Amino acid sequence: MRDISDNILELVRLTSTDLPPDVEATLRRAVEQEEPGSAARGALETILKNVELSRRNSSPICQDTGTPIFYVFYPAGWSTRKLRQQIETAVVQATKKAYLRPNSVDSITGKNSGNNLGGRHFPILHFEEVEGDTLTIELMLKGGGCENVGAQYSLPNDALNAGRDLAGVRNVVLDAVYQAQGQGCAPGILGVAIGGDRGSGYFASKETLYRNLEDTNPDPQLDALEKKLVEESNQLGIGPMGFGGNTTLLGARVTHLNRLPASFFVSVSYMCWAYRRRKMTITGSTLKFE
Amino acid sequence: MRSLDIPLSDETIRSLMVGDPVLLNGIMITGRDAAHKWMVDTFIKQTRQPQGDDLEVYAAIKPLLAGSAIYHCGPVVSGLDTGQYKFVAAGPTTSIREEPYQGMVMQHFNIKGVIGKGGLGPKTLVACHVVPGVYLHAIGGAASLIAQTVVRVLGVYKLDFGVPEAMWVTEVKDFMAVVTMDSHGGSLHASVETHSKAVLQGLLAKA
Repeated sequence: MRDISDNILELVRLTSTDLPPDVEATLRRAVEQEEPGSAARGALETILKNVELSRRNSSPICQDTGTPIFYVFYPAGWSTRKLRQQIETAVVQATKKAYLRPNSVDSITGKNSGNNLGGRHFPILHFEEVEGDTLTIELMLKGGGCENVGAQYSLPNDALNAGRDLAGVRNVVLDAVYQAQGQGCAPGILGVAIGGDRGSGYFASKETLYRNLEDTNPDPQLDALEKKLVEESNQLGIGPMGFGGNTTLLGARVTHLNRLPASFFVSVSYMCWAYRRRKMTITGSTLKFE
Repeated sequence: MRSLDIPLSDETIRSLMVGDPVLLNGIMITGRDAAHKWMVDTFIKQTRQPQGDDLEVYAAIKPLLAGSAIYHCGPVVSGLDTGQYKFVAAGPTTSIREEPYQGMVMQHFNIKGVIGKGGLGPKTLVACHVVPGVYLHAIGGAASLIAQTVVRVLGVYKLDFGVPEAMWVTEVKDFMAVVTMDSHGGSLHASVETHSKAVLQGLLAKA
C-alpha cells in the first residue's frame, strides 16, 4: 500500500489554516445582519480578518486546534492498520510544524503527550469500507470551548415543556443554545441527532456537521426544523461572542437515528464559527482537496 | 479606541465601562485551567504543599502579575525545540471554567485585568469591584490576528503543565479587547443572559 502521510499532512494544514468557502460565505452574510459600529459587527469583522490572515500565513485559525476527528472511507485493498499509522505520522508532523497545538492530555496524570497522540481515540478515527476505487478522508478539528457546551436531553422534559415530537426537539435545542450563551464561540453551527443511544446520538450529531453549510436537508420536515432553529435562536439576541446581536447561529443540521421504545434522546453538538473541516480524495493518481 | 499601558492603575480601571474597546500594551502572563487550580491549591487555600519549582515560580510571577493582566490562552507556539519561542496562534479560551478560582486569584495577586472570552460569573464580578479590576473580552478564534500583537515571548513557567497550560510571559502591543465586566458591577454577560432567558421563555410558551 502506498504512503499517503504527506497528503494527510496537507489535509491537516488546510483544515487548521484555511476556513472552508461555505463557512466564510455564511460569515460574510452574517456581518451584514449586524448594526454598523456594534460590538457584534466588530467581532465578525475581526473574525473575517483573522480568516484571511490565517490563510495567507498558513497559521492556525484558532489556537485550539481541537480534537482531530477523521472519517476514512476506503475501497477494498487499503489497510486500515496502515492508514491509521499514516494518519498518526501526519498528525505528529503537523504538531511539529505548529499547524496543530499539542492537545492530547492524560486525564489522570495531566501530562500532555506533546504530539497529539495518546491512548485510544486520540485522534478519533472512523473507518468504513466503500465500493468503487476512491479513498476519501474527511477531517474535522473541533475545539474544546464549543465541545463543552454540547448537550444531551432525554425526552420528555417537563421543565422545557418538551414531549417526544419535533416540537419537543425544538424546545430542548433552543434551551441548549440559550445555555451555551457565547461560551462556544458564537455564532455557532448545531449538529442535532434525534434518537439513538447516548453514544450513537452524539456521534451522529457530529457526523451531520460534515454537511455543506449551504445545502438543504433532503427531509422537508427536518429542513423546516433546521431553518426554524436558526431563526428562533437568532431571536435570543446572544449574538457573536455573546456580545448581543442578531447572529447567534450560522446554521443547524438535524439528523435522526432509530431509538429504543424507552428512550428519546436529543443530542446537540455545538460547533464554533471556526468550523474547520476539509475533505481529501484519492482516485488512482488523482489527489483532490475540497 | 483607548490605549492602556500595563501596569494598570486603579484610576484607569475605574474609568473603564462595559462596552469600551481598548488596546493593551505591556507585559502580561497567560494562565488557564491548570495554572488557576495550582495557584489556588498551593498558595491561596494551601491544601497542597509546594513542590518542585513552585516557590521559585511563585516568587517570579508575583511581581509580574501585580497590577497586570492574566490572559486565558493556550497558544500555539513555534520554536519549542530551540527555545526561540514565538506565538503562532493565540486567541482566548473560554473563561467561565476559572469562575471558582478567578476572584481569589485576582485578590491574592492584585491582578487588574482578566482577559478571555465568554465572560465570568458573579464571584469574579465582586472581585472586579474590590480589587478593582476589569474583564476584557478578546475575540474567540481570532488566533492568528491576536498572535501578531504578542510581539515578544519573554519566558515561560510551568511548561510541565504542557504548552497550552503553561504560564507564558509576553509583551503585547495594541492587543485588542472589549470591556465586558467593569469595576462598577456592570456585566454584559449578565445582561445578555437575562435578555435571552426572557426571549427563550416567550418562545417556549408559544410552542
